[in-house]
Amino acid sequence: MNLAYYPGCSGLGTSREYERSTRAACAALGVKLTEIPDWSCCGSTPAHALEHALSGALSARNLVGAARAGCDTVATPCPSCLSNLKTARHRMADDGFRAKVGRLLDESADKLADLPDVQSVLETLVTRVGLDAIRAKVRQPFAGLRVAPYYGCIMTRPADVMRFDDPENPTSMDDLLTALGAEVVPFPYKVECCGASYGVTRRDIVARLSGRLLGAARDAGAHAVVVACPLCQMNLDLRQTQVEWPGGKAVDMPVFYFTQLLGRALGVPDAELGLEQLCVDPGIAFRRAAQVVAARQAEEAAQAAKAAAKAAQARQAAAVNEGGRA
Amino acid sequence: MDVTNLESVRDDDFIHAVMEESGQDLTHCYQCGNCTAGCPCGFVYDIQVSQIMRNLQAGRKDKVLNSRSIWLCLSCSSCTTRCPNNIDVARVMDVLRHIARREGRVAEKGVTTFWDAFLASVRKHGRVYELGVVANYVARTGRVWTDIDLLPRIAPKGKLSPMPHGIQGRDEIARIFQRYEEERTR
Ligand code: SF4
Ligand code: SF4
Repeated sequence: MNLAYYPGCSGLGTSREYERSTRAACAALGVKLTEIPDWSCCGSTPAHALEHALSGALSARNLVGAARAGCDTVATPCPSCLSNLKTARHRMADDGFRAKVGRLLDESADKLADLPDVQSVLETLVTRVGLDAIRAKVRQPFAGLRVAPYYGCIMTRPADVMRFDDPENPTSMDDLLTALGAEVVPFPYKVECCGASYGVTRRDIVARLSGRLLGAARDAGAHAVVVACPLCQMNLDLRQTQVEWPGGKAVDMPVFYFTQLLGRALGVPDAELGLEQLCVDPGIAFRRAAQVVAARQAEEAAQAAKAAAKAAQARQAAAVNEGGRA
Repeated sequence: MDVTNLESVRDDDFIHAVMEESGQDLTHCYQCGNCTAGCPCGFVYDIQVSQIMRNLQAGRKDKVLNSRSIWLCLSCSSCTTRCPNNIDVARVMDVLRHIARREGRVAEKGVTTFWDAFLASVRKHGRVYELGVVANYVARTGRVWTDIDLLPRIAPKGKLSPMPHGIQGRDEIARIFQRYEEERTR
């Protein structure tokens, strides 16, 4: 496999810590990423909402670049880029669409018939590296950390284009986090939309949808939400002060990129993972986890003391009995 | 109640255009309501997504294209995933936006203004420049930036690039947009 890497525009800005932690975690796992030379923006939602051929052309330019660099697969951390790149490739099977896209590009349309495969970095790690290999490299497993895995709406949907995991109840990130020693809480909103980029234009939508997600994580007893999408992260973390918390009870809920937790478990230093770039202090989650561990240890100690006392009592009773018989 | 003589407003060309551009067979919708039930944005829609499908079948072009819902759809694909008849409903929503824009109908101007600011940034730099998009959006809408309260939260994180990341293939990207515009006006 020759893996091309498509960072996506937000990786240079608001999701810089996703980008850094992705590179660091992949390096720690021996996954070599070749950045697509001079990659350009896929156009995100604004492009596909305007015209599909335009969106297809903006995506295809990057896939052609990856092929030219000798890569057969493109991996991207961002689900929005993923969705555009994958959809473009999928639709190239249609001759009419391919011709239309070809007319917008400097390339000839026949170059577009056989473009590299596209996958999310999550898929790359889970399917190509594999959970067993990852587990074997975990140096600092999480203990007591309860996490709500949030996949976002489009990483697995629509299923016939994305072809990865379950469209309604994905489990790949759950399994990965479990392999890192974390405890996954039951989270019913794994693929419910957070409100995407409507925070700027219609804050009411994001306030309601992201609030519902954070509330569910809180009610499930999570110490943190774990995401795989720059937009989800921004809505849940940066906008946490704007959301409507159902039931009114706001908490500070750290929101990690899964690559940050992965890197940490693999022993990558925090500074390389951009933990300090999260808005809600991630330390809150680790302190809550430490409390769980301490409570468990206290419970175990109490149980052990109880058992010891019981044993001592039994020994005493036995000794008294022996004494009585003597 | 809104009573309509379906025959009098039925626009067959419109029905065919939507079917053709989306590649979806609208006649397959039997109004089970699954798409509406799962749509996270239904609470702000003026016409629910299954009602849009029904109106499409009836060829009620104005009703559909003038609705706010098509601009508030989040493209989350929940509807597509749950449709028992395998209709890619989200793709239909996309196509409705395409047609509405071509005809100059936009019921939620703020949304398209933001999208246009985003695409203008891509066209200019090759990659989107986040601060520039927001500045452009604020300039075009005349709105004071409503997210100003977030500034103290994000500014210290060193994530807002003060400068765009231009690429070498900028002209190539500009040409894509130019050709797109030429095709559209032809
Ligand atoms: S894609 Fe749009 S219409 Fe479909 S469920 Fe999501 S928000 Fe609703
Ligand atoms: S889910 Fe499909 S069949 Fe059911 S109402 Fe929506 S579009 Fe029609």
